[in-house]
Amino acid sequence: MPALPGRDIAGDGNGVKAAALRYERASSLADALALLQRHGASATLIAGGQSLVPALNLRMAAPELLIDISRLDALRGVQVMTEGGSPRLRIGAMTRHAELGRSPEIARHAPLLHLAVGHVAHAAIRNRGTFGGSLAHADPASELPACALALGSRMHVVGHAGARVIDAGDFFIGLHQTALQPGEILVAVEVDVLADGFRPGFAELARRQGDYALVGLAAHARPIPGQMRFAAIAPVFFSVGARPLLAAAAARVLTDATIADADRLHLAQQALAADLDPPADPQASSAMRLHLARVLLGRVVAQLVGTPDVI
Amino acid sequence: MSSETVAVTLRVNGETTTQMVAPRTHLADLLRGRLGLTGTHLGCEHGVCGACTVFIDGATARACLVLAVQSDGAVVETVEGLTDAADPTLRALQEAFVARNALQCGFCTPGMLATAVELLRETPAPSRAAIRERISGNYCRCTGYHAIVDAIETAALRLAGHEPR
Ligand SMILES: Cc1cc2nc3c(=O)[nH]c(=O)nc-3n(C[C@H](O)[C@H](O)[C@H](O)COP(=O)(O)OP(=O)(O)OC[C@H]3O[C@@H](n4cnc5c(N)ncnc54)[C@H](O)[C@@H]3O)c2cc1C
Ligand code: FES
Ligand code: FES
Repeated sequence: MPALPGRDIAGDGNGVKAAALRYERASSLADALALLQRHGASATLIAGGQSLVPALNLRMAAPELLIDISRLDALRGVQVMTEGGSPRLRIGAMTRHAELGRSPEIARHAPLLHLAVGHVAHAAIRNRGTFGGSLAHADPASELPACALALGSRMHVVGHAGARVIDAGDFFIGLHQTALQPGEILVAVEVDVLADGFRPGFAELARRQGDYALVGLAAHARPIPGQMRFAAIAPVFFSVGARPLLAAAAARVLTDATIADADRLHLAQQALAADLDPPADPQASSAMRLHLARVLLGRVVAQLVGTPDVI
Repeated sequence: MSSETVAVTLRVNGETTTQMVAPRTHLADLLRGRLGLTGTHLGCEHGVCGACTVFIDGATARACLVLAVQSDGAVVETVEGLTDAADPTLRALQEAFVARNALQCGFCTPGMLATAVELLRETPAPSRAAIRERISGNYCRCTGYHAIVDAIETAALRLAGHEPR
């Protein structure tokens, strides 16, 4: 083996590196839970590693122990469930972004996820990053948490004390913060299959393809045929705050029968001022983000009602 | 630093190897430092530049975002392996990269090639927009990308049996 200039002989490299840590590969969900219980706060789960490994390499995270759950195949894949309730999709937390994108069940029954997942990072990252990892990581600029919220998903979580189900509306709490308690693992997400008349709408603005969005919008809606009005709509914005945000005031305008169709979009765009108070950062001011949110609402409403772009 | 090391067995470019690694070591360092496979380049080491893109179990991945311990049992192919195996897609791409001046310093090239190989395996005749979208995760500081898009398009046409323009 040749020794390489600028690289240490042990082959551990001397560039951007994680701090020393230990590693355990969980052989089952029970094994992962036992490891979490035994090691407490010193342990961190690793799934696809596509958010965690960058943080390790930059030493923004330095856990003593990594518990690898990426090989728990029981937590992987998409199933259509019909027993015990209304028909729904069960998406395993270890399902990779690329698998979500290729799944015919997702395309048919949860087309919003199908539309959105192509906007997540780049192909090589989608080949490893997982659905559950994205939700648990809860990056406010992420597409999939916003979709999970728009679809009214239910998060199935297991801890050593047992299992519980958390509604998406209660799951995303803040910046990288979810309702997951220490020692808990997100195992699957359930989403109702697309009901009659419902359609997906999705758009985001990023400086480059694959970048985290400056502003994004995921919507799940039931347009009223022939009108510019919705029987129901859940417009969820991302990258406009610490967590994905349902624009309730705009949704009211979009469903209100007392408002004239000709005024509706404009009034809904105005109403976003009540829903959103976006943060400013070097990429965009607060006012610019609010403006872009209004532009996206126009585009997504146009998608949903099937008319050419209105801005 | 590395208090404990762990045995990792993986198949790299057709050869099985077992290495003792510290869990914090990423796959790119294992490939470069231990196996001398320096075709896998390291730019950013946090997933942004794409220079370290390799194939793991048949799909592209960032070698800097996979810990070597996570690749126990995996089948890894690097640009050297694809070249030695005379992979026809890679070969067409290499020829087109030369013909269309799609590299200058060459730093981004191994990652660009791996990314383009996967694209052409999935989509034999991608549009220029699809090529641009696919290589959006691979930075090139020299070429301005046009030549790379030209080269990937040229390789796709040649693989489809058409003589490129
Ligand atoms: C260059 C680059 C660009 C990216 N661009 C985007 C983008 O545009 N949009 C986007 O959404 N994402 C983007 N990502 C992130 C990517 O989507 C990640 O795959 C995803 O955020 C995390 O999934 P993972 O499986 O890799 O999780 P990991 O990195 O393994 O884990 C992330 C966190 O979640 C926890 N965790 C993981 N799984 C579980 C579980 N089942 N239960 C409980 N906790 C769990 C881990 O402990 C860790 O804290 C990008 C990443 C990179 C490197
Ligand atoms: S070195 Fe891996 S993506 Fe830049
Ligand atoms: S040729 Fe120099 S970085 Fe692409």
